Amino acid sequence: MTESVDVLIVGAGASGAAVAWSLAETRMRIVCLEQGDWMNPAEYPSSGRDWESRAFSDMSISPNRRKRETDYPVNDANSPISVANFNAVGGSTILYAGHFPRFHPSDFRVKTLDGVADDWPIDYDRLEPFYAENDRMMGVSGLGGDPAYPPKQAVMPPVPLGKSGATIARGFNKMGWHWWPSDTAIATAQYDGRDQCINLGACSSGCAQGAKASTDITYWPHAVRAGVEVRTRCRVREITVNADGMASGVVYYDRDGVEQFQAAEVVIVACNGVGTPRLLLNSTSGAFPNGLANSSGLVGKNLMFHPYASIQGIFDEPLDGYRGPGVCIWSQEFYETDLDRGFVRGYTYEINRGRGPVATAATGMFSGRIPWGAGHHERYRELFNRIAGMVGICEDLPEEHNTVTLDPELTDGHGIPAPKIDYTLSENSRRMLDHAVAKATEVLTAAGAVDVITEAPIGVGGWHLMGTARMGTDPERSVVNEWGRAHDVKNLFIVDGSIFVTSAGVNPTRTIQALALYVADSMKRRLANLFD
Amino acid sequence: MTTIASDNPFSAAEQDTLAALAGAVIPASVEYGVPGADDAEIVADILATARPHYEAVRAGLGFQDTVATAAYGAPFAELSAADRADFVERSNTYGGFDDIEWEFDPGAIAGQRTLISIILQCYYRDDRVMQSLEMEPRPPFPQGFEVEQGDWSLLEPVKQRGKIYRPA
Repeated sequence: MTESVDVLIVGAGASGAAVAWSLAETRMRIVCLEQGDWMNPAEYPSSGRDWESRAFSDMSISPNRRKRETDYPVNDANSPISVANFNAVGGSTILYAGHFPRFHPSDFRVKTLDGVADDWPIDYDRLEPFYAENDRMMGVSGLGGDPAYPPKQAVMPPVPLGKSGATIARGFNKMGWHWWPSDTAIATAQYDGRDQCINLGACSSGCAQGAKASTDITYWPHAVRAGVEVRTRCRVREITVNADGMASGVVYYDRDGVEQFQAAEVVIVACNGVGTPRLLLNSTSGAFPNGLANSSGLVGKNLMFHPYASIQGIFDEPLDGYRGPGVCIWSQEFYETDLDRGFVRGYTYEINRGRGPVATAATGMFSGRIPWGAGHHERYRELFNRIAGMVGICEDLPEEHNTVTLDPELTDGHGIPAPKIDYTLSENSRRMLDHAVAKATEVLTAAGAVDVITEAPIGVGGWHLMGTARMGTDPERSVVNEWGRAHDVKNLFIVDGSIFVTSAGVNPTRTIQALALYVADSMKRRLANLFD
Repeated sequence: MTTIASDNPFSAAEQDTLAALAGAVIPASVEYGVPGADDAEIVADILATARPHYEAVRAGLGFQDTVATAAYGAPFAELSAADRADFVERSNTYGGFDDIEWEFDPGAIAGQRTLISIILQCYYRDDRVMQSLEMEPRPPFPQGFEVEQGDWSLLEPVKQRGKIYRPA
């Protein structure tokens, strides 16, 4: 048994990094256990000729395809959307695109405004200072003045509009619809030791330039300098409790596969919307036979993805293609509820700049637009550097039948039961996807697209994992309270996307991190009576 | 037959099918000055890249041969030029093989998709192919690429429209 620590964080991804950095100023003894490794950016795919191929193998977004030693399998056979993640210091920020929108104020009040799901126990104004703090730490590029948001300031100028962004922006202007330069977690100038973006175009396979804000190069260097210890290749099996029903530490397997116990005064779980319920459900005891902090029965329930629609236009002029960050502009024309559309809530369009030569060929062939045989080359050249479009990120409402449970048979390399996903696309989501496809087709046509390729939902698009340990003031209807502490275990905190009450219609990382900073701040304000 | 490294798990027959299929999917083009995907260097790359995906690729090759045998009475690599051309034509046609009987095997179909994907991955990173596309044959890092800023004045009508978010 090792010496007890003040704070033990499980998971070194987006939220674990933020909470560690924020708490470091307390000078408490803080240890973070991470099942993955520190990544070496020099080994990222964009350093090699096989950069597109590696997105299908060791840098795939799917743990089931990637199968690194540091991964755990996920049984998502009973879901039309499969789970995407990455296990390393930095977590899924290693592979995310860096599209970095905030929630809207209305996203925290969906019950009051639209009569669906539940309101959050906090609001936009409460989170705003933590959004701003996180923006500084991550280094957000963008442009102030977006009419879809309350005022907010960008840290750096936006990523280039480029040919692709300008072409699609003209389409939005023809339709009279909203668009704006995306807020991105991509440095467009040298920032906090990071170099500026040089348009590698491979953001979603790790940024070799270090321009994209993955937390291994943003929060973690600061946290480590402030005294936080990160132990890699440490996979936590369960959180233990003492006779008083308080968390006493964790049992984990170290890099040699040896079982260890780490005692702690406070345990913070930051394992994402699938990993967190998996850990809590694996943490059973006499006091918590159905999993830790699960008196509500809601641990693992209300899983929300964002169902994604992909709508890509084929243009008859060269666009940016494989060059530049994939993200450039967004549109929130259809974000706020309008029941005349046939669904409640809404979605964001994230405009995609283009794709590489392999992705162009795959898109063309698997959609039947590039033939086998002699006609291949001519048709390929009609698509190469001429595809640009968007994805619609649809708000997914919480439903208790969408779950993360423990698979009765599947385990990881340490024998720990793996997560099982049971998820059904709701009728509301289906209608929203259809709307997103139809409206995007209109705008791409207005922009000059001669053909449109669609996919909805994107089957591999389970990037956003939310809602499986929701926050709230009612212990019977939520897992953690309004500042992230488990209702059932007063020294157990959760800071990842699990605690989302609703999903909004935007990428969640910025809000996950703002919440983690908010929870850390709440803890710091209550240090003298944290467990009351 | 293509010369393959000794640690390659694919049998000679599988290698023949793979090379024949690659050439059928992407033939050489004099017009564009590019090799076919059955070029020896590219096939070697395909086989090396396919190694970690051996089971899936093998299933895909098997599927290819199953369909070829059902339609023409021989594995794909043994088809005449005319039959191979007909196979390609039918592959490009929705329902092109509906007249033959074969057992639906999702694993084999997924394997064929993996196989095609690997052919594309290796073909479109070949120096000769990249140069024909006016790409520099190099990885993105460290040189990066240029992207123009674009016309930011396009934002003017959006700014003029004013606030669109809903107060809460």
